[in-house]
Order: sequence, then C-alpha cells, then structure tokens
Amino acid sequence: MALIEFTKRGIYCKQGDFYVDPWWPVDYAVTTHGHSDHVRFGNKHYLCHTLTKPIIKRRISEDLDVETLNYGESIVRNGVNISFFPAGHIIGSAQVRLEYKGEICVISGDYKTEDDGISDVFEPVKCHSFVSESTFGLPVYNWQKQNIVFDKMQNWISDNIAEQKTSVLIAYSLGKAQRLIKNLAGNVPIYVHNSIANLNEVIINAGVNLPETIRITPETSKDELQKGIVIVPPAMRDSRWIKNLSHPVTGICSGWMQVRAHRRWQSADAGFALSDHADWPGLMDAITATGAEKVYVTHGFTAAFSRFLNDEGIESEEVMTKFGQEDDEENKVDLAEVDNQHSETNNPKSE
Amino acid sequence: MKKFAKLIQKLEQSNKTNDKIAALVDYFNYADDKDKVWVIALFTGKKPKRPIKSALLKYWAIDITQTPEWLFSESYSNVGDLSETIALLLPPAENTSDLQLHKWIEELHDLEGKDDETKKNFILNAWNTLETQERFIFNKLISGNFRIGVSNKMLVNALAKQSSLDSAQIMHSIMGKWNPYEITFTELINGVHVNTDNSWPYPFCLAYALEQEPEKLGDISEWQAEWKWDGIRGQIVKRNGELFIWSRGEELVTEQFPELHFLVDVLPDGVVLDGEILAVQDKQVLSFSTLQQRLNRKTISKKQLEDAPIGFFVYDILEFETNDFRAQPLSERRNILEKLIGGLEESAVILSPVINCKTWEELAELRQTSRSINSEGIMLKKLSSHYHSGRKRGDWWKWKVNPYTVDAVMIYAQKGSGRRANFFTDYTFAVRDGENLVTIAKAYSGLTDKEIKEVNSFVTKNSIEKFGPVRTVKPELVFEIAFEGIAESKRHKAGLALRFPRILRWRKDKKAAEINTLEDLRQLLESTI
Repeated sequence: MALIEFTKRGIYCKQGDFYVDPWWPVDYAVTTHGHSDHVRFGNKHYLCHTLTKPIIKRRISEDLDVETLNYGESIVRNGVNISFFPAGHIIGSAQVRLEYKGEICVISGDYKTEDDGISDVFEPVKCHSFVSESTFGLPVYNWQKQNIVFDKMQNWISDNIAEQKTSVLIAYSLGKAQRLIKNLAGNVPIYVHNSIANLNEVIINAGVNLPETIRITPETSKDELQKGIVIVPPAMRDSRWIKNLSHPVTGICSGWMQVRAHRRWQSADAGFALSDHADWPGLMDAITATGAEKVYVTHGFTAAFSRFLNDEGIESEEVMTKFGQEDDEENKVDLAEVDNQHSETNNPKSE
Repeated sequence: MKKFAKLIQKLEQSNKTNDKIAALVDYFNYADDKDKVWVIALFTGKKPKRPIKSALLKYWAIDITQTPEWLFSESYSNVGDLSETIALLLPPAENTSDLQLHKWIEELHDLEGKDDETKKNFILNAWNTLETQERFIFNKLISGNFRIGVSNKMLVNALAKQSSLDSAQIMHSIMGKWNPYEITFTELINGVHVNTDNSWPYPFCLAYALEQEPEKLGDISEWQAEWKWDGIRGQIVKRNGELFIWSRGEELVTEQFPELHFLVDVLPDGVVLDGEILAVQDKQVLSFSTLQQRLNRKTISKKQLEDAPIGFFVYDILEFETNDFRAQPLSERRNILEKLIGGLEESAVILSPVINCKTWEELAELRQTSRSINSEGIMLKKLSSHYHSGRKRGDWWKWKVNPYTVDAVMIYAQKGSGRRANFFTDYTFAVRDGENLVTIAKAYSGLTDKEIKEVNSFVTKNSIEKFGPVRTVKPELVFEIAFEGIAESKRHKAGLALRFPRILRWRKDKKAAEINTLEDLRQLLESTI
C-alpha cells in the first residue's frame, strides 16, 4: 500500500494519519516551508523545521501549536518515521522523508539544487517514491550560476547609482529578499520594505546570520534610497510609492525572467533570472539521485515533465495540487502589510 | 557581436524612449562602422539573405541536445520564439569569440550554396562559441526579424543625436536604396546615395477630436467641412523631377504605391500635397481592410494591384512653385489645389470633396451617413487656418462618427503570441440566439495588462474543454465590443460579420443574461443596407 495519497485536503499519509502541506484545515500538518501556498491557517498541530517555526508564527499566528525538527532528526507518528532534510528552497525549507515498514517516500515541497549562500543546501535522499515540483520543468530553463547573476545585478545597481537612478528590486518577502540581501550586501546600504524588515528580524532572532539592512520609514529620504538598493515585495510593484522615488528603475528577480516574452510582459526595467526553484538539470539530477521508482509531479509544467520522465523509464504521474499559487497568496499577505505602511508613508506627504 | 548583444540587452531593459535612444547613441559612438551599417539595416528590416532554413536550425538543435521533438514544441510554445528557444536549449558554449557582427553576417553569407553538412558544422561551431543572448541574435540573423521596439523614428533620432545631422535627412537616407555590404556608415547617414534636399516633407498638421457641439465653433460659413477618410495619411513631394511619398509615420513609402508614380510626369516641380492614401475603385473609397492588403509589403503582386487598387485623396497643398504656402489661409490653398488637381483626369488622384452645408444641423445629419461611403466622419477646418506643424487646438477638428457597439459574452480564449505568449489574450465572443450562444467576433485588443491578467486567471479557472490551443470558457464575462460595420457573411454561423471588432470595455456590471441577441444585430444589418 502506498505511503501517501492525494486527497482534496492535500497529501495524506494514511498509516501515520497526517498531512503534508494541506490546504484545508487538518489535525496534524507536516510543513515543508513557510510560503503561504504550503502552510495555511487552521491546522490543530504543525510539524516543521526549527527555523520555519518563528516564520509561520509571525506570518500566520503566534497561537499556532508547533513542534519542530532539525535536519536529520526524526520522530515517529503511528509507526511512521518522519524526518527532515534540506530542500535548499528558502531558509528552513525541508524535504519530508517518510518511512514505514521499509517503504520510503520523500515529499520535496519546493526545492533548488544550487547553494544560495543562505539556505541549507539541498540534499538528495534515497527513496522509493518522490514527490517533485516542476515549476521550471522545461529544458529551456537552465540557470546561470548565481554569482554571475549577482554580478549582473551589481553592475546594474552601480550604473543606476551613477546615472542618478534609484534601484528597486522586487522580491518575495520570505526567501528571495534574504537571498538578495545576503549576496548583495557590502557595497551600498540595502533598504527594505516593512514586510521584509519584519521577517528579517524573525530570521535574525532565530540565529541566522543575515547582513544588516535598513527599514524604510517615512523619514528615509529619496536621496539615501537613490544611493542604495531598495528591496520591496511584489505587491508594491506598481505602487505610487515607487513612482515617487527619484528616477526609479525596477528589477524583477525570478526564474521566469529567463525568457524575453516574460521579461517584456512584466513592465519592469530589468529582469534577472534568479530562482529559488530547481531548473531543468536540477530537477533531473535531484530525481536521478533519489533513485525513486515512482515520481509524483506537482505544480508547474506537470504534463510535459512527467511525460518526459516516463519516456526516460522513470514511472511518473502528474498530480493536481494547490501549490504554486505562491504569487497570489504572497501578494495577499503582503498587501495587508502594505496597506498599513501606506497609511504611514502616504500621510507624510504633508511634511 | 558582444557590443550588439549588449545593445539589445539595454534596449530590452527599458520601456522609456529616452533610455533606448541613449543606448543607441552609446552604441553608435563606440561600435565598428561596418557593424553600425548592419544594425541600421537590421532595425529597418533589411535582412541579410537567409542561407539556412529555420526548420534546419530546429532540427540540428533537437539533434545535438537530444531533446524529443514534442518537448521542443512544448518549450517553444512557452518561450514564443524559435530563435530564443534554440538559444536557451543549447548547453553552455565551450568557446568564446570576438568576431564582429558584420563578420558573422559575411560568414553566413558565404554559406550560400554550400552543402548541408558544411552549413551544419558552421552553425554548431557558432552555437558553441556564443553566449545565450548572442546565440539568440545569431539565430535571428538567420531566421527572423528584429522586433525589439525600435521604430525607424527612434533609430533616426539616435543617429541624428550622435551625428548632429538633421533627422529628416537621415530618415531619407536610410529609407533609400542602399546595400549594407557595400556602403560605409558615413556615406549612409550623409545620404550620398540619395539626393536628400529634394525629398523634404513638411510636418503634418493634425486635428484634435471635437468634444463639444459644433455650434460652439461659430458660424458654419467660416469653416470648410470635408469627409474624414480612414487610410494612410501621406505627403506627395515632387521636386527636381523626382517624386517622393511620405507616410505620417515619416517613412518613405514611394515604392509601395506604383499607382501614383505617374505623378512624376504630371505634377510641376516644387509641389507638396497632403492627402490620404486609400483603396479606391471608380473614384469610390473602399474599406480599410482592402487597403490593408497593400500595406507594409516589400513587393506587390499583380493580383494585389488588381484586388486592392489605391488612390490618393488630396486635402491640401503645402508647397507650390517651390514656395512654402503653409502660412496662406486654407481658402487660398484650396483655390490653388483645385486648379492644380481639378484638371487631372486620373482616377488615382482625387480632390477630396468639400461638403457644402448651410447649417450645422444639416451637416450633423450628413455625418450620420459617413459610413455608407467608408468615411469615419467629418473634418472641420477653419477657412482662415494656416497649415500648422503638428497638433494645435482651435483651427482643425475631427468629428468622427461613434462606433457601433454590442454586448457579448466570451466563450473561447486562446493564448497570444510574442509578448503575450503565456496569457490568454485572444477571445471569441458570442451573442444570444434563443437558447443558444452564437459566435460573432474574435478580438484581442482593448484591455489593459491588468485586465488581461484578470481575464487570464478567470480562463484558467473556468476552462470547460481544450481544443488544441483553444479553451472553451464558462460564458460569464461580458464585454462591450465596438465595430465599424456589419455585413452579411455565409462563412459565419451567425450569417453576419463585424468589421474591426475590438473590445471597448469589460462590462463587469453585466451578466451573461443581459447580452445582445443575434436579432439585434440582424436589425442593425437591415438598417445599414
């Protein structure tokens, strides 16, 4: 009997009676990471990585009942051994390994195989069945090494500063923002939006070594911002606040920026192909390394990716999930915070 | 090639015209002269001859990457561009090359007539020495167009800025006949291959839309009313025995309209005419869709000349006997024009008629008949007006008829191409016919990016069936469709076809039950016959 089944509430382990990243409220939710399409409000009990705990408490509610594991640690629930391994997606992201009577299943959540300098590096885990995402499951998605992308970003920023423009990078509050901060720090000050600053606080308190950033307040002058780097969440993208900066130029950091059509569609000035998801070779390497006999493909180019795996002799099946709607969900979360900040930053117009 | 790749990247990195011009100026300051000539050629649509079919490029890319063909197709439909799909699919290059753009083009040129094996070796080698962005450009050199948002005008402005030459002169130079393999950059922008002085057009005089009652304009006797034609506004310049036709986009289009070439023998030297290029038969204006068959073509077939004959409806005269007449009152200019053009017996050049009405009411009534003669409405020009440069409020007004509209529901959606490759942007609309819905139009323009995203998410969530790229969608979203005409059609199930349908607005306030019926459209059809 299979260790997991796909139900309308989410990925369910019958033997252990728990769910992994459920999207409807359940009694026991194993949580891969803190992005809002993977962890939702209303579960009675959460099990997640130690670093994810303060993040979800901050983002969802202080009252959550949360139990934690470190990477490599395990607990047993109803005879099913549950352990966590690094997924390399964002800080605290974990692959969930389930073992029951010698049968092993790994649910990877979201993952990337490149070392981003801030999350623990992805570690392949041998298993019989593997649940993989396929956000970028087409062979045209091959990432450049992140140091090359960050070099491009640094050049763009220096050019902007020299040309009296303000560099505004658009990045998710959780994950991408910290990756940018970690890799861009050192030359000019980094200014961050409230929602990012709040999460940074949580992450630093949890013991992560994150370079210093400056929280943007109504007192922050346009001149300071022009000479630094501004990082804001996607919800702020078309905001008046950005338009009012001194010659703002926006840069989007996302895997989609690999393709010109996407770059042009996003009305940003610059696109940097920097993703927290695995590219095509990354997906293939990860899957091969697990040695899995069966691969379940979730969110992304599921049909193409699973067809390819089947053709390669790896049994695969596409699975419908509610993952991959991170964009919308993130925007909702951030908008609430943006609204708060708007009331703070818009009033000073009278200053 | 690296400099050119960097230019393309810069051009893509901004939506602002000034930034793009700055990037071009920067490039023209530092690039190799021969490269510059090619960049001008590529941006103005002068493609080097294609030595290799794009199908072969695709086949070779599939071959060396061992990508199944179906997966290549999936990738292509996500990327939306063949050259780019190949560039992204190939493994990282093992070598680099500093070969200049024009050298690459010359080497490609030399492949002409070689066998496929030689061509393949050259291409694979090139792919292995170029970075992704350079590879994309290289593939484009072989198989495509450079559509990267650089208009001729933008290019000319950049060249003018960089060279301190007059922009109209440069426009004339680069629109003329030249061979990028032979001409030097200096020769090109100085226009040694053309006699630029002869061709100078004047800036067009443009009108604002009339937003008030015409009565407010004063006495009708002070105004000249003409039909407003829907074609290509143009200027015809005849000087020193040479004829030039300029479009309003300030492009030379002389070659495209051979019907007008006889004017070189008929018009005296030193004449500039303002008018409209239209599809014309027996001195009657045909629909814009007929004219469209003739636009933006490099070569014109005999059939096209027969199916879509064009003519020039003359509005005004700007230069006569080599004198600038633009400061003369319109009434004066019209007199001269009537004497000059009135005498021509040619059916391809017609004096655009003046509408004589005693009252504004009479004119308003006549305006309602505009569509029956393929006119868009009426132009009002003050008889005392000068021929202004550009748009000026007060002397010239356009008084267009309103478009027809119909409320319809979206029932099919299809993904767009290029910039819109990943969004459902092409919609098919239906009206009610008893219990059924019957399709009446397909349209894609008229929504903002934000609205397209909203519709896109609706389509994703409410797809019923999938037929290839087309999704059938729950009939729920109501749109107001504007159109310019309606005609009987045996090809369409509805028995009628709309002309120039486009989305006027998204009627979020309306439900599918409130849309128009086929009967409503049939009545409109009856009334317009």
